[in-house]
Amino acid sequence: MTQNPSAEPLVDVGAGAPREFLAVRDLKVHFPTDDGVVKSVDGLSFTLERGKTLGIVGESGSGKSVTSLSIMGLHRNVGKKLGPRISGEIWLDGQELVSASKDEVRRLRGQKMAMIFQDPLTAMHPFFTVGQQIIEGYRQHHPEAKKQQARSHAIQLLDRVGIPQPDKRVDNYPHEFSGGMRQRAMIAMALANDPSLLIADEPTTALDVTVQAQILDLIRDLQQEFGSSVIIITHDLGVVAELADDILVMYGGKCIEKGSSAELFTRPEHPYTWGLLGSMPRIDRDLQDRLIPVKGSPPSLINLPSGCAFNPRCPYADRTGGRSTAEVPELVEVTPGHLAACHLPAETRQRIFAEEIAPLL
Amino acid sequence: MAGHPRQGAAGQPSAKPTAVLLYIFRRLLNVVVMLLVVATITFGIFFLVPWLQHTDPVLRYVGKNANPVAIAGIKVKLGLDKPIYEQFWLYLKGLVAGRSYSNGPDTTWCPAPCMGISTQTQTPVWGQLTGDFPVTAWLAAGAATIWLVFGVGTGVLSALRKRSVIDRAAMVTALAGVSLPVYFTGLVASALFIYNLGWLPESNPNVSLGSDPGAWLQNMLLPWITLAFLFAATYARLTRATMLDVLGEDYIRTARAKGLGEGTVIGKHAMRATMTPILTVFGMDLGGLLGGAILTENVFNLHGLGYDALNGITKNDLPMIMGVTLFAAFFIVMANLIVDLFYAVVDPRVRLA
Ligand SMILES: Nc1ncnc2c1ncn2[C@@H]1O[C@H](COP(=O)(O)OP(=O)(O)OP(=O)(O)O)[C@@H](O)[C@H]1O
Ligand code: SF4
Ligand SMILES: [Mg+2]
Repeated sequence: MTQNPSAEPLVDVGAGAPREFLAVRDLKVHFPTDDGVVKSVDGLSFTLERGKTLGIVGESGSGKSVTSLSIMGLHRNVGKKLGPRISGEIWLDGQELVSASKDEVRRLRGQKMAMIFQDPLTAMHPFFTVGQQIIEGYRQHHPEAKKQQARSHAIQLLDRVGIPQPDKRVDNYPHEFSGGMRQRAMIAMALANDPSLLIADEPTTALDVTVQAQILDLIRDLQQEFGSSVIIITHDLGVVAELADDILVMYGGKCIEKGSSAELFTRPEHPYTWGLLGSMPRIDRDLQDRLIPVKGSPPSLINLPSGCAFNPRCPYADRTGGRSTAEVPELVEVTPGHLAACHLPAETRQRIFAEEIAPLL
Repeated sequence: MAGHPRQGAAGQPSAKPTAVLLYIFRRLLNVVVMLLVVATITFGIFFLVPWLQHTDPVLRYVGKNANPVAIAGIKVKLGLDKPIYEQFWLYLKGLVAGRSYSNGPDTTWCPAPCMGISTQTQTPVWGQLTGDFPVTAWLAAGAATIWLVFGVGTGVLSALRKRSVIDRAAMVTALAGVSLPVYFTGLVASALFIYNLGWLPESNPNVSLGSDPGAWLQNMLLPWITLAFLFAATYARLTRATMLDVLGEDYIRTARAKGLGEGTVIGKHAMRATMTPILTVFGMDLGGLLGGAILTENVFNLHGLGYDALNGITKNDLPMIMGVTLFAAFFIVMANLIVDLFYAVVDPRVRLA
């Protein structure tokens, strides 16, 4: 089944500590349910360098959140009868997390790695003030810090994320903040311990369009200032266009294309990525011209379509001589650092893109 | 009942102290109005019932064979000869300022709040109620402590060990607790522990905490447990359901994402959100119980307000029934007020309106 047997193995499972700051190798997260096993993430691999930003893109249900929760060690009931089955390796700064003890991962959470969630209103405790919630996270990892010191740290953080009158707002409850301010506070909470990995799971989806850009700018500024590695998860390629160094496209729990941001926007290889690019809203085009949605609905993660999981929705599935429905395409390197999983020959893909897709974008 | 706190919309500042005072004042006014309504209704019943039974209320005090002169004397003394509106006015006045029952030489002073004269004891109802109230209060307080600890404890444990053997056993027991009436569990418990095993002495309504603490404790143990079982069952189910909801909330995941230990996540973050609705229900239940636990008190022969209520009903002692009703109404209305205030304190999103 291997397309190019001569190629180096792309994933070195079991090869020991990697050079990169974050390396995910062949990650699988399967949930047993009454209807069958939901393969939310099925063999995902990627790496992230220090200080770089990775964008993970894919439609709803493609496994983005499950991936990020795996890195954070936030899946519940792991190892229990009805809990998720997690396999593969997650290396963070030389430490493997899948096999690490709960306590080891817990000590990294909030300190070395932190997360920003989609909906800041539900993600904050309604009965504690914003300040209390930031201070709590800070003191968890700085037990020596005095209350007063932790409080001024919280005020500084609120100030840094652009909350006016932080010395007053620190005593407000989350519901007293507006949506955008709440997400800023959530970011302050995540930054409390100066994490080297920041995961933002759809940080702007729940916000007004006008506020979205501000929050993205803030994340970019902070990333430069703190030098953290950032994973930004979204279903909208536009969100990561300017932010991400690399982009990984997920479909049905697998990576179907990844490469540098520039490559992905100028030379996308996978038909699904073309669809994502086509459905990106663009201000310089008329509505009917710019929205070419991916037709059909996301695949069932219990019974993925045979062959390429995208084949029921792919307009080019009939151009591969039946391989699209028979064989799972492997992720292979097209140009250095740019990988795609599609049976179409590279030249065909480039021709289709140039002739049929690019003019529409 | 008007004036429940509302969830504030996003961006609303928390209640200011003056707003709180104003709110309390308005609610206290509400309490007075509520009690006035209850007093009016019970007064109405006091006159409606004899009228429907074609009897004269005075006969309750004197018995059917008394001589007409004595009856007339008592009638004048109790004011039953006056027109109804005047009697109602005297009744309300008695509640607020006390009143004296008099037909010249024979005078009885009934201090405020005067709820009338019991037909059985011929003494002011209020004195009897306050005399019996400690029994009810102790019953309620003891039972409440037990059910809160066991009910909430079981509920939390069940939620954390969802679908485990412990959870299933607890929920089956709770189902039994919810569906079995007190007179059943109470009688079975008495039969077993008092008459069969002989672990506890027969209940004696005459011992009090002051006179004989040991005997009192033995006396109260079964009523406490019986009453607590009923409520603990409800609380276990409520706690479990609330806790499971809370554990699924995003902010619990955030707490874990901060690296907090499970103890803090559950004990602080989850419990804080779980206890709020439970303490609300608790306030109402306790308020209701302070007006008397009719079944439990009667099953265990405890002479509290619940006993007075049933006794009043069986002996047709209307002033007593009116008194207990008003007394119970007071606690329920007050509990309502306290719960609302409590809610405003613990839930910052609540706006007092
Ligand atoms: N605890 C769980 N048990 C069963 N299935 C789950 C569980 N958590 C996630 N899934 C399933 O895994 C799939 C991937 O979910 P995930 O939340 O990662 O999607 P996503 O890419 O983040 O989508 P969205 O854009 O909607 O957030 C979904 O089909 C979801 O139903
Ligand atoms: S493998 Fe076939 S179905 Fe899958 S993306 Fe390529 S052409 Fe489409
Ligand atoms: Mg998601």
